[in-house]
Amino acid sequence: MAISFLEGNEVIARAALAAGCNFFAGYPITPATTIFNTMLKLLPPSGGICMQGEDEIASIGFCLGASMAGMKAMTATSGPGISLYSEQISFAIGSEIPIVIVDVQRLGPSTGSATLGADGDIQFLRWGNSGGMPVITLCPADITDCFLLTIHAFNLAEEFRCPVFIAANKEIGMTRESIDFQSLTIPEIKTRRPAIRTADFQPFAVSSEKMVPDFLPIGDIIPVRQTSSTHGPDGYITNDPKTIESNRIRLVKKLETVASAHCYYEARPEQDADTLLIAYGVTARAARQAQQEAKQSGKPFSLLILKTLWPVPEDLIRKHAQGVKRVIVMEMNLGQYIREVERILPGITVLFFGQMNGRLITPTQIREFLDHG
Amino acid sequence: MDSLLNQNRPPAFCPGCTHEKIVRTLDRTFQNMGLSGNRISIVSDIGCSGLFDTFFHTHAFHGLHGRALTYAAGIKMARPELTVIAVMGDGGMGIGGAHLLAACRRNLDITLLILNNFNFGMTGGQFSATTPSDAVVGSGFLNRLETPMDICAVARAAGAPYAVQCSGYQPDLDRELEKAIRFPGFSIVDICGICTGRYVRKNRLTPERIDEIVKPSTPEYAGTLSDAPRKEYSHHYQELSRNLLPAEEPIGISPMFAPIRNTRQEIVILGSAGQRILTAGEILCLAGITSGLHATQKNEYNITVLTGPSISELILSPDNIDYTGIENPSVIIALAPEGVERRQTLFQNATPDTIIIHERNLAIPPHQATAIPMDCKGKGIKQQDRALAALGVLAGMNRVISMEMLQKAIELRFTEPIRTKSIHLIRDMV
Ligand code: SF4
Repeated sequence: MAISFLEGNEVIARAALAAGCNFFAGYPITPATTIFNTMLKLLPPSGGICMQGEDEIASIGFCLGASMAGMKAMTATSGPGISLYSEQISFAIGSEIPIVIVDVQRLGPSTGSATLGADGDIQFLRWGNSGGMPVITLCPADITDCFLLTIHAFNLAEEFRCPVFIAANKEIGMTRESIDFQSLTIPEIKTRRPAIRTADFQPFAVSSEKMVPDFLPIGDIIPVRQTSSTHGPDGYITNDPKTIESNRIRLVKKLETVASAHCYYEARPEQDADTLLIAYGVTARAARQAQQEAKQSGKPFSLLILKTLWPVPEDLIRKHAQGVKRVIVMEMNLGQYIREVERILPGITVLFFGQMNGRLITPTQIREFLDHG
Repeated sequence: MDSLLNQNRPPAFCPGCTHEKIVRTLDRTFQNMGLSGNRISIVSDIGCSGLFDTFFHTHAFHGLHGRALTYAAGIKMARPELTVIAVMGDGGMGIGGAHLLAACRRNLDITLLILNNFNFGMTGGQFSATTPSDAVVGSGFLNRLETPMDICAVARAAGAPYAVQCSGYQPDLDRELEKAIRFPGFSIVDICGICTGRYVRKNRLTPERIDEIVKPSTPEYAGTLSDAPRKEYSHHYQELSRNLLPAEEPIGISPMFAPIRNTRQEIVILGSAGQRILTAGEILCLAGITSGLHATQKNEYNITVLTGPSISELILSPDNIDYTGIENPSVIIALAPEGVERRQTLFQNATPDTIIIHERNLAIPPHQATAIPMDCKGKGIKQQDRALAALGVLAGMNRVISMEMLQKAIELRFTEPIRTKSIHLIRDMV
């Protein structure tokens, strides 16, 4: 056993390296800065590249260029930066560019409070792209999640050729915690599937049984095209409605399997409990403690902690809501993910508790809401 | 060398558009230089100039308006061996102005071709950053309110090592392009041309008039700008990173002591900026970890780090730590009024089981706790050492941590001479 004591942000950076990340571009923004700081310590001596962009748009632009040239790229920011990333995020989605984007959330809207935590960007991450295409978002609750989910995020970005968000929070990223790296089972590291080199290589061609185009980097011996415009398999602009539609549907469909095959969660069911509490991120930790206390006082409830937020793990939520009288969703915002839960569970009472004041939701608040809410 | 023009996609600009001339000149330049398509990456953005990449059989990256230089930087850093050509219109240049300035300062070996036709052609001839104030354009009177930007002058002011203004019609444009591409750093070619589709419908602009605008004879517009040769960014990056030592592995602790108590314990340190509160918090946690406990540390401080409160909230527990907040700490360490002020309620809620270690002359709110005053001031202990001194008091009482745990944490965290100094400090507090 060798226990280390590190910030969530530092662990995210170390996990990125373990996942094969060799390109990072960012710039200072509280509470994400320590990811940049750590990448700057880790990457250059190991032959990787770490750049500070002139702004948010440049930082993610560097990453998109580097990713298409074959590197594994990551950037990190907070809500204000995600806003500025938005157009580039749409580009990465539509043009299938792998990238990991860490959002260490802080209290918004806008500049908000740099040093106060929140989970206020959850729907923004999902819908902040023009075109409304689906995204993958993983959400760590503790330091171990910071490590493992970051590796999963890189694997998913590579496998599905898409941006993958890590929805952290100031309360996860800037909290130091003990972690035993040696006790972790590191997931197998994946890289995007290379294309066979042919003279008529088509950068966005997808064979019928696959959902994701095979990859050749810019700089390969075969010239490669990338474009933010609506394109056909050849990477040139197309106006053909059939081609456009089938591509758009594919962008939706290719992520459908993620909700089941890559659904990360922690289920803590209690027998005969009539209440299911759904939580994620740092709130899930207060929920764990509240669950223990409630059990001791003879009022057990079930708890479902979601770590894959997008795509929504619908089957998982349905399964755990079976047989309960009510479902309660708790979030560090004024009601975002509850929209998904309500949508999936028609006919079931779904209640909400949340706050946006920079304070953690406490186990006491949770128990009070369960008793009287 | 063969033409790199895409045989299946001939240029599709309006008749008479200078862009087409430039496409053909660039192709000739590639041929003159003996470059094959797989050694070139054309990075374009939006507008008529954004069609550029489709006419060539090279690597191509067509991205968002004004952002071509951002992708070009990522591609060049990843593939330094590629010839990277960014192509933007005057519209994209204005939109991505911050990237232009940064690229001038950064000096990555990228060639930027600005296809400058003094308006946003594709969207209907609105004014751009280079439209003359007296031009008649699709933005009504608005261009009369602004002064056009002189690209090369701005580039020079921003530290660009190479910028040149050319006419799309000049017979030696291929040589100018080759010179810029061969320049081992960031090079800008501001190529003035004519938008027949939009701009010249209401404005008189001819190749002859462009010759008058372009002033190749004026030294600051012709080629290399900086006096001293500057290092190219990607080479310089390699040079500076090559000698860096690998990042240190995080400290790994194998538990070696028995914990003092096998229950969750919460500790709060209330101080002010400059008292090294956060470091003391880390050391307390490391000390706890040496006895196999789990630990968390949540900090609070002002964005202006040299003033205001500094607070560290620490939890040590034999079990996994779920909730990281603190409501009823078993130990409060109070060192400065700023921190005390922020956490008044902790004192109200304290019970006789709570220990408050505080600097003797510090005013603290009324409480029921057991107070342990310490006299750092009297002992001549400086502000920055007081948090650590308080840990010495705590360890001396064998509460939460023992002296040997604290000493071990100090040995793990500090190197000499601070290590020995710190160990003396904590021992003196017993
Ligand atoms: S609108 Fe102007 S810039 Fe665009 S193709 Fe026509 S002439 Fe050229």
